[in-house]
Amino acid sequence: MKLKYFSAPYLVWMVVFIVVPLLMIAYFAFTTDDGGLTIKHISDVGQYANIFVRSIWLSLVATAICLVVAYPVSFILSRMEKHKQGTMLMIVMLPMWMNFLLRTYAWMTILGNNGILNHLFGLVGLGPYKLINTSGAVVLGMVYNYLPFMILPLYSVMEKIDKSLFEAASDLGCSSGQILFRVVIPLSMPGITSGVTMVFVPAISTFIISRMLGGGSNLLIGDLIEMQFLGNAYDPHLGAAISLVLMVIILVIMTVMNQFDPDDQVLM
Amino acid sequence: MKKLGKIYLLLVLAFLYVPIFVLIVFSFNETKSRSVFSGFTLDWYVRLFHNRIIISSLVNTIIIAVAASIVSTVLGTFAAIGINSMRKLPKSVIMNITNIPIIDPEIVTGVSLMLLFVFFAARMNLEFGFVTLLIAHITFDVPYVILNVMPKFNQMDPHIYEAAQDLGCSPLKAFRKVVLPEIMPGVVSGFLMSFTYSLDDFVVSYFTTGSTSQTLPITIYSMTRRKVSPEINALSTIIFVVVVIVLIVKHTIENRAARKNAA
Repeated sequence: MKLKYFSAPYLVWMVVFIVVPLLMIAYFAFTTDDGGLTIKHISDVGQYANIFVRSIWLSLVATAICLVVAYPVSFILSRMEKHKQGTMLMIVMLPMWMNFLLRTYAWMTILGNNGILNHLFGLVGLGPYKLINTSGAVVLGMVYNYLPFMILPLYSVMEKIDKSLFEAASDLGCSSGQILFRVVIPLSMPGITSGVTMVFVPAISTFIISRMLGGGSNLLIGDLIEMQFLGNAYDPHLGAAISLVLMVIILVIMTVMNQFDPDDQVLM
Repeated sequence: MKKLGKIYLLLVLAFLYVPIFVLIVFSFNETKSRSVFSGFTLDWYVRLFHNRIIISSLVNTIIIAVAASIVSTVLGTFAAIGINSMRKLPKSVIMNITNIPIIDPEIVTGVSLMLLFVFFAARMNLEFGFVTLLIAHITFDVPYVILNVMPKFNQMDPHIYEAAQDLGCSPLKAFRKVVLPEIMPGVVSGFLMSFTYSLDDFVVSYFTTGSTSQTLPITIYSMTRRKVSPEINALSTIIFVVVVIVLIVKHTIENRAARKNAA
């Protein structure tokens, strides 16, 4: 018996439950209810350009904040004594293990109009401010939920950078700024690219964070898709078309990110 | 400089933990207020354990996570064995497709499966509920098993399987005695990963569940949509404590194993 036949059950599963559903998305996006070909749904997506722009913008901002906040964290972690690193990493990743609905709910109670922050502001005679149901709250929710996705890949790349490289650079006259830009950042590029993708993809496609922290006025692509499948606006053809466009956007962003990844470059 | 780093790390940790601690503190609050702590009570915990919907969705979640991760581990391990012995082209095609559920946004995986299930539901006797949830969970779990098991083959000497057969093992016995022990660490971590992903999943379940079979994340979601109920805080506290215990145990085991390897 040949070993490769062992994979037969999975291959059937893969075709039926991964390939066929994706083809169905494409099919629904380009057909009408009676099966005729159309590009109407794809062109209808254009009506929601503002929602697409908002989703891309908010998730880019959240990704940038995650990168800026996570970079020093990962660096500090990677330079700790070896036996402390494991424990510290566990402490940083622990909130990740709570369901993200609960983590987002926590911010609902903090940012709410009668929430803790406004209560504290009230004690010193300020506010109440409108904190929840703003785009800022959505970005905050994204950063809070996905920050560990940025820290982990950055840490695992930086941990492998040999300390003597920094010493060599500084012996050769590099300032600490030059060490950062000419040694640390280039060497941690694979971590940056995978961290950015790991934060950007869930951020741009979320519908929970925008719903719980953004109120009704900060709809994202995810909300739009959800409404077409489970909401009042039931229209799987439009929903499929939006999903298709979302996948294309993500594909473009990932291709751009791969350009920065030294592993994939032929010339260095 | 070192001190500055420590302060920074503490600030980030505070950002990560303060919201969770707020949830925990208010799980003991007497009133429903989310900003003023008026007195200590365990009422919300008592109510939580009397809430039939929460208990039954917890049971559902565990059943689905156990079933999905067992099926995915078996399916994924056999898949990895097969894929590993393929030639380069089919191997890379299959691995690229296997990666799709991991790379794709969860919402796309969810709605694409929903479209498929709607199609089957209209033509066959398929109802949205336990079966669709289980299929969906297996679908996003198997890739993690395959990705955990595949690297173990690369670390293994391919000739020891043949050597075992030359020395009189049947192919099955050679597999059980030689190959399986080598790939076991990958199988175990693949199983644990699928189990945790299944326990935690909301988005894919949200699109593939019916009214009959609710998982805990879906129940939590409907709780957050309704009025403030401190039962969520009580639930969060329990989940947090469980997570801390599990991670400490895992950490201690890993540390001990690392020390054993070093010695």
